[in-house]
Amino acid sequence: METITEHPEPKYEILPKTSTNGEAAGNLLEVAMGPHHPSTHGVFRMDVVLDGEKVVKLKPVFGYLHRNHEKIAENTTYLGSMPYTDRLDYLCSMTNNWAYALSVEKLAGLQPPERAEYIRVITAELTRLVNHTCLVGFLLQDMGALGTPLMYAFREREWILDLFEALSGSRMMCNYMRFGGCRVDLPAGWIEQAKKAVDSYSGFLDEFEKFLTENEILVARTQGVGVLSSELAINASITGPMLRASGVNYDIRKVDKYGIYERFDFRVPLGDHGDVYDRYMIRLLEMRESVKILNQALRDIPAGPIIDPKAKIRGFRPKAGEAYGRIEGPKGELGFYLISDGSPNPYRYRVRPPSLINLTVLEDMCLGQDVADAVIILGSVDIVLGEVDR
Amino acid sequence: MLGEGIIKGMAETARNFLGSYTDPARLVTVEFPEEKVPAKENARSFPFLIFDGDDAAKGLRCVACQICEKECPPKCIYITKSKDKKPDYVGKSQFYPAVFDIDISVCMSCQICVEVCPFEAIKMDTEFELSNTDRFGGLLFDKQKLAKPNEHYHKIHPTEAAEVDGRLGAEKAKLEAKAKADAEAKVKAAAAAAIPKPAPDSSAPAVVK
Ligand code: SF4
Ligand code: SF4
Repeated sequence: METITEHPEPKYEILPKTSTNGEAAGNLLEVAMGPHHPSTHGVFRMDVVLDGEKVVKLKPVFGYLHRNHEKIAENTTYLGSMPYTDRLDYLCSMTNNWAYALSVEKLAGLQPPERAEYIRVITAELTRLVNHTCLVGFLLQDMGALGTPLMYAFREREWILDLFEALSGSRMMCNYMRFGGCRVDLPAGWIEQAKKAVDSYSGFLDEFEKFLTENEILVARTQGVGVLSSELAINASITGPMLRASGVNYDIRKVDKYGIYERFDFRVPLGDHGDVYDRYMIRLLEMRESVKILNQALRDIPAGPIIDPKAKIRGFRPKAGEAYGRIEGPKGELGFYLISDGSPNPYRYRVRPPSLINLTVLEDMCLGQDVADAVIILGSVDIVLGEVDR
Repeated sequence: MLGEGIIKGMAETARNFLGSYTDPARLVTVEFPEEKVPAKENARSFPFLIFDGDDAAKGLRCVACQICEKECPPKCIYITKSKDKKPDYVGKSQFYPAVFDIDISVCMSCQICVEVCPFEAIKMDTEFELSNTDRFGGLLFDKQKLAKPNEHYHKIHPTEAAEVDGRLGAEKAKLEAKAKADAEAKVKAAAAAAIPKPAPDSSAPAVVK
């Protein structure tokens, strides 16, 4: 694929030189949106400089939720960081667990058994459903469809959280995966329950689409807004649904084939324009593909052990070395880079958070748009501040 | 036609709204304090210490090995080992925790302590209505408050508890069998010693002083 190294110039340029430091000059107005703005989905601030209604400059300010995740992880055992990964992107604890478990498995040379791999795929795809459902609900809420779509989305999410609770004991902070497998086996009747939830999901998606996708207001608000070109998306290392909405065919489930994803038949939906509408539609289409994967995985899951017999709970010390494990999280490429010096704690622990990196193009997408559109553009990026700030 | 999509959406909302009056399956929430959803079998809130028998002070399974204290990610467990020993649940002489505190305002319900405990002594409770007006003392659970009988464990996690009990029972039976075999061997050895000219044990390594 052809890459362009030059950063494209912002299209909208009316600023006199004096105001580039953010100071209001003449008819420009500087507004701090956040950190407690309902549209920022957490504690996040956008410093915008406005010319009337148009955004001429935007600076994302984050770090309000910094918890020192990486340093804490370097001072605790490998297993001890697992519950902290739940709290990175708190909507998707299962995929966070998987990404971390994957890198430690690479480091220690563990191989999860067949059943564990299936359970991982099932929980990860359920997590994708949860995340995308929440995202479309919040996005529509940002657009002014107050309450109703979000509540419908949360109603569906509830069935999946019930499944997570039955499996792992917790609805959101699952702490379920272990190095070399999973913590506990599926409880009796879980698969039937999951099948029921997955079966009803296509119906919900149809309902949801009937409800809003053709809505004239939604189309008017989203089409052509917040366009992200594929060149910029590639150059800025955007991953996940954001990248695919810009028309770049890159899905780590297909590229890396981690776990057992190569066994499943699913397609990667791609957008055409890279605008907010495409990013909204991509999520809906991806949910349909997830339902497809889930149907296959729930049909094929074998019996057997759920953890590698070599895996150790106490006194786990991988040999010295380094490893990078990455998965296609619901928000993009989630990776953990670990360096081991043979001690019980990692020497270096680094998270590649998709939310943070996807956020870096926020200004490019917002320039020249109305300030009201900046809100939905931010919504369509899909950030969780727990992961951005860590 | 302009507005068609909006009308379609409104129809969908109306269907959901009216549906909630006719179909109980469409009602997805419960009125919380009056009505409660029963806890799932695997549900977890905060840890508690198991004791066998009726006396919490005597039957506590914890042997104060302090593994959970070390492994707890936010370090909210505090243990002081006892000076003396007393018999544990299998009858072996063991230390016991003189102090065992968990600060549940720090605990993040991660269950790591349960996983690392080699003695099945600490398990997760499902009780979650623990709000308290005393934020220092009220949320610092000590040994007395943490100790709960094995029956409680059976009540909240029946499958898991049955499995654990089976394992512990097997362990205990094995230990007893071994103790019996040892006793028999001792009797035999004593009998052998009574016979003059005992054969020197050639397999024993020579002790170099
Ligand atoms: S549940 Fe987790 S945080 Fe709480 S005491 Fe156990 S190990 Fe510590
Ligand atoms: S609860 Fe278990 S791990 Fe913790 S000190 Fe007691 S015996 Fe050891």
